[in-house]
Amino acid sequence: MDKISLELGGGGKTMRDFLARSILPTFPNARLAGLPDAASLPGGIAFTTDSYVVDPIFFPGGDIGTLAVNGTVNDLVVSGAKPRFLSLALILEEGLETASLERILRSIRKTADAAGVEIVTGDTKVVRRGQGDKIFVNTSGIGRIIGRARPGAIRPGDRVIVTGTLGEHSLAVLAARGEFGFENPVKSDCAPLTFLLPLWSRGVRWMRDITRGGLATVLSELAEQSPCPILLEEKAIPLSTAAKSAAGLLGIDPLYLACEGRAVMIVPENRAEGVLSTLRGHRQGRRAAIVGRADKAPGRPGELLLRTESGGLRLLEPLTSELLPRIC
Amino acid sequence: MASDLFRDRRVVAGLISEIAAAAASSSPPVRLMEVCGTHTMTIHRHGLKDLLAQAGVEMISGPGCPVCITPDGFHEAAIRLVTERENLILATFGDMTRVPTRLGSLQAAVPAPGSAVKIVYSPEEALTLARLNPVKDVVFFGAGFETTIPAIVLTAGRAQAEGLKNIAVLTAFWTIPPPLRAIVSSGEIRISGFLYPGHVSAIIGLEPYAFVAREFGLPGAVAGFEPGDILLGVRSVVEQIRAKKPAVVNAYPRVVRPEGNPAAREVMNRFLEPYDALWRGLGRIPASGLRFKPAHAAVDAAVKYALRPAEDASDSPGCRCGEILRGVISPPQCRLFGRSCRPESPRGPCMVSFEGACYVHHKYRGSSPAQRRSRKSHG
Amino acid sequence: MCLAIPVRVVEIDASGDAGKVDYLGTKIGANFALIRDVRIGDWVIVHAGFAISRLDEAEARETLALLRDVQDAGRS
Repeated sequence: MDKISLELGGGGKTMRDFLARSILPTFPNARLAGLPDAASLPGGIAFTTDSYVVDPIFFPGGDIGTLAVNGTVNDLVVSGAKPRFLSLALILEEGLETASLERILRSIRKTADAAGVEIVTGDTKVVRRGQGDKIFVNTSGIGRIIGRARPGAIRPGDRVIVTGTLGEHSLAVLAARGEFGFENPVKSDCAPLTFLLPLWSRGVRWMRDITRGGLATVLSELAEQSPCPILLEEKAIPLSTAAKSAAGLLGIDPLYLACEGRAVMIVPENRAEGVLSTLRGHRQGRRAAIVGRADKAPGRPGELLLRTESGGLRLLEPLTSELLPRIC
Repeated sequence: MASDLFRDRRVVAGLISEIAAAAASSSPPVRLMEVCGTHTMTIHRHGLKDLLAQAGVEMISGPGCPVCITPDGFHEAAIRLVTERENLILATFGDMTRVPTRLGSLQAAVPAPGSAVKIVYSPEEALTLARLNPVKDVVFFGAGFETTIPAIVLTAGRAQAEGLKNIAVLTAFWTIPPPLRAIVSSGEIRISGFLYPGHVSAIIGLEPYAFVAREFGLPGAVAGFEPGDILLGVRSVVEQIRAKKPAVVNAYPRVVRPEGNPAAREVMNRFLEPYDALWRGLGRIPASGLRFKPAHAAVDAAVKYALRPAEDASDSPGCRCGEILRGVISPPQCRLFGRSCRPESPRGPCMVSFEGACYVHHKYRGSSPAQRRSRKSHG
Repeated sequence: MCLAIPVRVVEIDASGDAGKVDYLGTKIGANFALIRDVRIGDWVIVHAGFAISRLDEAEARETLALLRDVQDAGRS
């Protein structure tokens, strides 16, 4: 294709092909090769980056500023690193209200404080009216590695735990767009996952934040690296009433909705209750739940399966094309 | 509205065993065709296909997905509109944008200056776009059966009433009863009965299906969309088979009235006339399509832009969507299925639409060894 | 895509043809032009933003009773 299409940014096959054809061969090095969420640098340092183009920039439960801090902080946490420092790059459109920008900066400050990180360097650019959509933000983050995911160590009986209810961020952003008179009381779940850091020394085998593509996509990627198939119980998936109603009305499966403050982890069987109890004792983990397990059967290694509410069994696939653009 | 009961495991198991008992005495084995993409999706998503197969009922998917049965020519006309004309907004439902054609897909098309493809959830959003963008032309690309047609047409009517000149509809309107006649009279496959679409029936009522029982002696039931609804419908058809009393039974009476929705039909009759439409896979079927009457040429994109959707577009090499839509084969029997044709790289519309037989089969496939075996030897 | 969930009418505008429907607390705009005499509190089926049928509550209760019978038979 000789021009960039919107689907390149969608996280699906077009993006993966682009990474395989244009990015990896151009920058061949061992650290980038696995396309990790955070690169592992000498001295036990993790390094990650993300850009934020959410539309609209203010939504119930957060704004582009909260996203920009939490998204990068959470990539570090689930990569086994304690986040310490962030850079902040702003690309502003001429005509953006100063009051909006100040509000976003205050959000960034508040979120950074909550996450225990400092903004230590940054950049500001302004482009002409019409050449950028209000504000785009990039944050890069550095953290100290304290744990390491070992998906290869997953054993039958290991439990799948999610830290809370699913899909609220996507639905909050969608409602905020005001399209087709969709009103929903749900607020974005955008939050820092730093409270999960101690779990790296409690036997957690693997952890990931449930972002683009939702739980089904994130776990599909894990299943590919796991020696046992993973089985989810549809009935056990925690959903707020607001999310259930919004997803039902829109005909969207909550398993594919992005969150910005929820994680999924694999925990050995004998540690699961303890981890669950710790999670539920924290404000952000009250609705944490065991939603599945790794097992010898049914299924084959590499597969993610779902036992449906009605008792059927089926494979769960990752999302292949963007359900909802500009959610993060 | 206690919907949990419709998905309850005991209810599902109980209905399955009643169906199994009734189907046990049936020879040859029961094969039911459903003609509604949402039925296809629900049956697979809740694992009902395999549960029913184990109960002795084989479910076949027919031409129930409007995105799938719309031939490439329509999609290509839409692509040309947005890539060749400036200041044109093409509004459409999401699935339509990913169907692969000779010109690529609508989603991958790069619009002409000032033009754009906009995904909408309702035809009313297209109206809003036209009001908000007076210097642009809006074309709503609408494919659908009788459930969706009244909504699209009403919106076109509102546009005319408001004097909006910058909106038109590229119609791909299909009606359900004619392909049923075509499939049954072709005798190409053996069918024991039908599951009729729940919401198309809410519009057209029960009478249009009467010929299936009267002329062809085949039973059928209108069914809703919860697992419980599907199984109540299947149970009815299997019991009709056992009693040798083919009819059209309404197993979705809380939503479907025998007379359907007369107001919706009146809207369709006011704006549209039938024509002999060309279906992907099924060929030309008499009086099976609807298009705007000449009096409404102003909102008919085909007239406004002098479009004549090409009828020569054939499926890409190896693609067997046509046979899938006629129920002749099931997706795993197509050599491309799951290999070069996957949701992220579809070769035909049945793999694109969230309600297409191939997409549904692929996305909701089960994983037991029995299911793997049955997928390999589909008869 | 058939939005198959029954939703409740919670707002009807002055024209009588448009308003909002509610499902477990989420509201969405809907057009009622295809439903005769729509009233606040009616349950309807909405498709592509248009209500296409009103739910018959007596029939709904009967269907639920049918399903309950099956559920009870499974218990014994």
